[in-house]
Amino acid sequence: MLTKRIIPCLDIKNGRTVKGINFVNLRDAGDPVELATLYSESGADELVFLDISATEEARKTLAALVLRIAEAINIPFTVGGGITSVEDVRLLLRNGADKIAVNSSAVKNPKLVSELAGVYGSQCITVAIDAKRVNGQWKVHLVGGKVATELDLFEWAKNVEELGAGEILFTSMEHDGTKNGFANEVLAALSNSVHIPIIASGGAGNIHHFRDTFLLGKADAALAASVFHFKEIEIMALKEALRDAGIPMRL
Amino acid sequence: MKVVIIDYGTGNIQSLQFALKRLGVEAVLTTEANEIRKADKVFFPGVGAAGSAMDKLRLSGLDKVIPALTQPVLGICLGMQLLCAASEEGNTTGLGIFSENVIRFPSTVKVPQMGWNTLHRLKGRLFQGIPENEFMYLVHSYYVPHCESATALTQYGVEYAAAIKKNNFYGVQFHPEKSAKAGAQLLDNFLRL
Repeated sequence: MLTKRIIPCLDIKNGRTVKGINFVNLRDAGDPVELATLYSESGADELVFLDISATEEARKTLAALVLRIAEAINIPFTVGGGITSVEDVRLLLRNGADKIAVNSSAVKNPKLVSELAGVYGSQCITVAIDAKRVNGQWKVHLVGGKVATELDLFEWAKNVEELGAGEILFTSMEHDGTKNGFANEVLAALSNSVHIPIIASGGAGNIHHFRDTFLLGKADAALAASVFHFKEIEIMALKEALRDAGIPMRL
Repeated sequence: MKVVIIDYGTGNIQSLQFALKRLGVEAVLTTEANEIRKADKVFFPGVGAAGSAMDKLRLSGLDKVIPALTQPVLGICLGMQLLCAASEEGNTTGLGIFSENVIRFPSTVKVPQMGWNTLHRLKGRLFQGIPENEFMYLVHSYYVPHCESATALTQYGVEYAAAIKKNNFYGVQFHPEKSAKAGAQLLDNFLRL
């Protein structure tokens, strides 16, 4: 049976992890490779690396980092942040990334999604969508939720599916950082409106939140950052609890 | 031992090369027919679309080279699918080593399948030391139906072949290079055939 995935997310800046990370047994908690290795060995199903660097120079650092990650870990990983061209993607995939994630650049240039899917296949193209409600309607937002667009969440999701996205990484900006649980109602609606896997992101605070996003939010995978980085939730304990709740898990 | 990975311009071969390196094997990336023929073990990877991958194989003449190989060949993901007779994806013929046709998952499930699934009814030396219900990582939209050549099955909407074998040709739909310890075990088994 296909299992639900648990995905730690690492924010990267200039080749280093940025969010304060609380791991006493790491020699260098700022080294994404060490952290990635630790997560892959502790039961993570997949990893996501989001590059929040702004400069061209840092992008080159990212490509080199991807190569080091691919050398070290034996589970799949996705790389996102600042990807604007087929050439960007070529470099990351060549260096060993399994999937790439596009967000703002897909909104600005939807053809990018179909170009990438055409060249590399849908299976490695994740479209990340950030959204929150404006007058009761879920609208796509850019720049970490700061810039609103006119795009309706559901229409955009269907659009990217048609363009060839293989997966959607959905973050509710209303839930992100709250630790009050995932946006299960909108996630379930999203899951029913498209036919590709959905990764739930934003709001993870405890084990019940993960259970709910799989059972109520119909998510195919759940992504979180700080609860894992600060060891508030251990991945193996989480996966055992989810299995006991009847959710298929790789254990 | 000489190990080659056929590098015909599709897919994430870096990960496979690294996975083999973790097992102590330096695999050579190549499209040279002679180098492939001389190898002890041949990896035939692939991701992306079947039609364009077959075009690349035809253009380089590899569509004639691969079926004539006599040493162990492991097709991975799209590589396994291309060993079959034909694929619904892009309506292309394959290399024809296996007589099966590759078809798309039914609309009752999300496509692509993406994630870790369990393997059943494991057969043969490729799966030595790998228990029933072991997890492997899969990401694909098309599949090889359950058939006589199947050496492992899995389930996603339908029960289908997660691995196939015929003579010296092996195919796995999952990505052993991305399937943690169990995947490494399978690669190691292949290297020991």
